[in-house]
Amino acid sequence: MDGKTVTAAKNGCEGCNQEAFDEIGNIIDLYKDKEGSLIQVLHRAQGIYGYLPLELQSYIADGLGLSLSEVSGVVTFYPFFKTKPQGKHTISICMGTACYVRGGKKLVETIRDLLGIEVGETTEDGMFTFVVERCIGACGLAPAVMVDDTVYRQVDEEMLKAIIEKYRKGEVSA
Amino acid sequence: MAEQIKTFKQLEDIKKAYLAAQEKYDYIVYVCGGAGCVAAKCDVIRKTLIDETQKAGIGDTVSVVQTGCMGTCAVGPVMLVTPGNIFYTELTADKVKKIVTGHLAGGKVVEEYTYYDAALDKHVPKMDDIDFFKKQVKIALRNCGAMAYNDIAAYIARDGYQAACKALTELSPQKVVDEVMASGLRGRGGAGFPTGIKWQAAHDSKGDRKYMVCNADEGDPGAFMDRAILDGDPHSVVEGMLLGGYAIGADTGYIYIRAEYPVAVERIGDAIDQARAHGLLGKDIFGSGFDYDLEIRIGAGVYVCGEETALMASIEGNRGEPRQKPPLPFQKGLFGCPTNINNVETLANIPAIVKNGGKWYAQYGTEKSKGTKVFALAGDVVMTGIVEVPIGTPMREIIFNICGGVPDGKKFKAVQSGGPSGGVITDLDLDVPTDYQSLQQLGAIVGSGILIVMNEDTCMVDSARYFMEFIREESCGKCNACRLGTKRMLEILERIVDGEGEEGDVELLEELCEVVAETSLCGLGQTAPNAVMSTIRYFRDEYDEHIRDGICRAGVCFTQRDKKAYPQRLRGRVL
Repeated sequence: MDGKTVTAAKNGCEGCNQEAFDEIGNIIDLYKDKEGSLIQVLHRAQGIYGYLPLELQSYIADGLGLSLSEVSGVVTFYPFFKTKPQGKHTISICMGTACYVRGGKKLVETIRDLLGIEVGETTEDGMFTFVVERCIGACGLAPAVMVDDTVYRQVDEEMLKAIIEKYRKGEVSA
Repeated sequence: MAEQIKTFKQLEDIKKAYLAAQEKYDYIVYVCGGAGCVAAKCDVIRKTLIDETQKAGIGDTVSVVQTGCMGTCAVGPVMLVTPGNIFYTELTADKVKKIVTGHLAGGKVVEEYTYYDAALDKHVPKMDDIDFFKKQVKIALRNCGAMAYNDIAAYIARDGYQAACKALTELSPQKVVDEVMASGLRGRGGAGFPTGIKWQAAHDSKGDRKYMVCNADEGDPGAFMDRAILDGDPHSVVEGMLLGGYAIGADTGYIYIRAEYPVAVERIGDAIDQARAHGLLGKDIFGSGFDYDLEIRIGAGVYVCGEETALMASIEGNRGEPRQKPPLPFQKGLFGCPTNINNVETLANIPAIVKNGGKWYAQYGTEKSKGTKVFALAGDVVMTGIVEVPIGTPMREIIFNICGGVPDGKKFKAVQSGGPSGGVITDLDLDVPTDYQSLQQLGAIVGSGILIVMNEDTCMVDSARYFMEFIREESCGKCNACRLGTKRMLEILERIVDGEGEEGDVELLEELCEVVAETSLCGLGQTAPNAVMSTIRYFRDEYDEHIRDGICRAGVCFTQRDKKAYPQRLRGRVL
């Protein structure tokens, strides 16, 4: 891929975080000659930018010499890749079998009441994103809740309220 | 630069030095750092131990080691004190302080904090006396919970990399395949295909390049055995991959780990770095002229990527959709080259098999199903956690004798074996040996080794609906049978649990099950109806009660069901 297209994509994104785009550009350079590295680039790009907006997908497509539809097809196939900004904290309720039979679905209800958002949404203040996981592999601790990378075990409704309060007050850093 | 390990003697020397260093200590305390114990704040336990032993002036005579999962997730955080093999459970910082002064400084076991056996109504301090441990045979889990997971020297001290050294310096690739063939080992990821046959095919196929792949995309809800191995004994997986690569003639191996396991990604990455630094990966390994290296690929939250053709598509950077087989991976796999794919637990067995011989492994298990299998127990069972037993051990033994049965005085109803692709086993069949053939006859599978124990409060129709909802969400949509069939089946199950079931619904379900099973493209669709067929087979009366009488004997349906919780879930996350 020649440099021109990449520059065009760069200029075509008004208001994007240029520094982050440059950093991602370096990663693209690192991977562009290696076959089959799109998913790795996407992982790292999301790590830097937080999510993968269309402008960024287009930038990556140009950099790797792929079409936007190919990149977008991959991004939307994998739930791990996000196309919208995420909250400061991500609350994941596990809905694996063990968590489900031990009360996971009650926790979903609790979060919905507490935060007023549906699965996949982010609170207006940008504090929390609420997701449901299919299984986080903590079945011995069911029902399990994960906030960012921290797993909480045998969570009931009261505990969940306390956990959310803790994050809201900033007692736990991101 | 780290010492380059080229000979068997060097491995022996590292082992001797490590063991000698260990002997200097009066006590070695193994603190479980498995996922369960991490969630139970085992880092606080470890820190308290270190601080308190310093304060007591015994910091130099007590070694604190963080290990992988010991298997007893239900009673974490746990730790093991040697000598004496004293097993402390449900630890808190206060308990640790008392154990330091009483046991580590005072020499007296603090019995009240040791493992409590509810069935015997007493404390059982010694690990060797505890039913949960003494009835297990650990091969795949041989190092999990028994050593520092992050130290290559600790792995070598437990005879690690001896198998690789022996294979690369003494055995031909064919001889390595022969040992695996003789062991009778079958794929532990779910399908149970004989590993030796797979390796032979990959060994025999011709190609300029070949690839070895480790499937660490453990996605079945309820499965956490591969996670225990990845987190607790990453070098076993690395050595298994090295042996596999040598046996089939690959120069590169990929380990595909799901994104939900960041700890596993980190620990496998560290293990690869350590192995590379010691010359156990890279050029001319063990001076044999064999070049081989490993790379990690991270998944992105798609269940079907555990299917081998989908997994390969994902490694190639594409949408992880399965494709028609044949061609099989050994004919045309990753980037069009011959490829061999094995699951984590399968690979963790390989070093032990090559070191001790295939015959040694085949002494365990039954006539047709050799070796041991790791099971992950969850749900309504006293000891949720991980066990490894010889194949053929009856389900009753595993659930009631090893794992303590159903808690809170509730009645056992069924055990779901094999996850979404598996089926239920009722009380009547609990004495059947858990081998591949016997479980299949019962309409269940060994699968990846998931055992979800369900008590009388679980509705079997709702559990079938749960699994169908899971499959429907995870269907990639490529083939009609799976995409549409699972949706139609889910709709029928939903109306039954909503109290709107009609006469003939069960027959319609059975017909759909048959069509989807026979016409789907990949394993996900082909096994999608299993949970439904199995619950109809054993709990037909519950279906009828829901439809005809509007009764759910477990009291789960008609009222609480949350329509919104699941359907929006998966694609909701993409938004």
